[in-house]
Amino acid sequence: MQAFTTIYASGVIWGFHVGDMLVQLFFFLLLLFLVGKFAWGPVMNMMKKREEYVASEIEAAENSRQEAEKAAKEATEQLKQMKLEAQKIIEDAKNAGVKQEQDIIDSARLEADRIKKAAQAEIQNEKEKALQALQDQVASLSVLIASKVIEKELSAQDQEKLINEYIKEVGEER
Amino acid sequence: MGHEAPIVHDVFGISWLDFNLSNVFMIIVTSAIVFILSVLGARKLKMKPTGAQNVMEWVLDFVKGIVNDTMDWKTGKLFLPLALTLFSYILVGNMLGVITNGVHDHNVWWKSPTADPGITMTLAAMVIVLSHFYGIKLRGGKEYVKDYFRPLPFLFPIKIIEEFANTLTLGLRLFGNLYAGEVLLTLLVGLTTSGVLGFIGGAIPFLAWQGFSLFIGGIQAFIFTMLAMVYISHKVSEEH
Repeated sequence: MQAFTTIYASGVIWGFHVGDMLVQLFFFLLLLFLVGKFAWGPVMNMMKKREEYVASEIEAAENSRQEAEKAAKEATEQLKQMKLEAQKIIEDAKNAGVKQEQDIIDSARLEADRIKKAAQAEIQNEKEKALQALQDQVASLSVLIASKVIEKELSAQDQEKLINEYIKEVGEER
Repeated sequence: MGHEAPIVHDVFGISWLDFNLSNVFMIIVTSAIVFILSVLGARKLKMKPTGAQNVMEWVLDFVKGIVNDTMDWKTGKLFLPLALTLFSYILVGNMLGVITNGVHDHNVWWKSPTADPGITMTLAAMVIVLSHFYGIKLRGGKEYVKDYFRPLPFLFPIKIIEEFANTLTLGLRLFGNLYAGEVLLTLLVGLTTSGVLGFIGGAIPFLAWQGFSLFIGGIQAFIFTMLAMVYISHKVSEEH
């Protein structure tokens, strides 16, 4: 309890002193200025800078994400287009093939027909020629054979007679 | 063990100019510590904060939260440096007195500067004067005067009283808490140094009270900053 009484006995150790107030005011304002300039100002600037940096980074990320999305969409679109085109090319090729095939068959058939006809004509010709030749041959042969046969049995008189008859016949035909 | 204050009367022959040299000393010490700590904390600022910068940014965010609670950030950012300085100055001042009290030649030299009503009232008055100043500056004289008659004209006298009451309570709350804390600490120091029994009886309450004083010191710094911002926002904000 001694301490309590001493404080009481000595009276107050505080009081309103104008000098203190002026000093306090001056030092507080000085402190306010100094820490603002040398401590909090730079810290606040740094925090603001970081905030801006983060914001810009987020924006950039957002942008690139959108770009990537757009590119992916474009690629898909292009792929689709490509597929369609490929489909079309295959289809065209198929059609062309079919058509060509038909053409080749048709032309082959025509060619075959033509060759066949030519061959038939040739055959006909040859046949006729052969027949003609045969006829000629047969005629002469028959004459020869006949003459051989007749030669043996025909007398000179009869021969004479026969010759005349033939001459006559020939003369009539003329 | 007579504790007295080293008071110098009538400096330069001016009758009203008195100095309590211990207050002057502690004001300078507190200001210097706050300044040195702040500047040390603000060294080597980087985009990726480390160490002291984290602490500084935490404090800044904390005080920013106080300001944001009372007014919108557009006007609030004007007062952030003030709030920061008030908070750090009062906090450091409070802590200095809790850690130790120094006595030299029967004079108390080392104590909390905030345990003096003159000093706390100076801070409070400064805050109130700033609130009036910014109230007029940001909203114009007409709106400022009109505010005294809102919401009802006959409340005008109460509004006037409120201004003084605000100043008084703001300053004296801080002073009262800190001074009471110091008185009790001094008593407990006296008790623990008075003898063996006194030491046994006084040591534990002394430790407990010192811890509690630390807590009070932090709380009071917070409350003072918070109320300062509330009073300023009353003057600078459009809506009530």
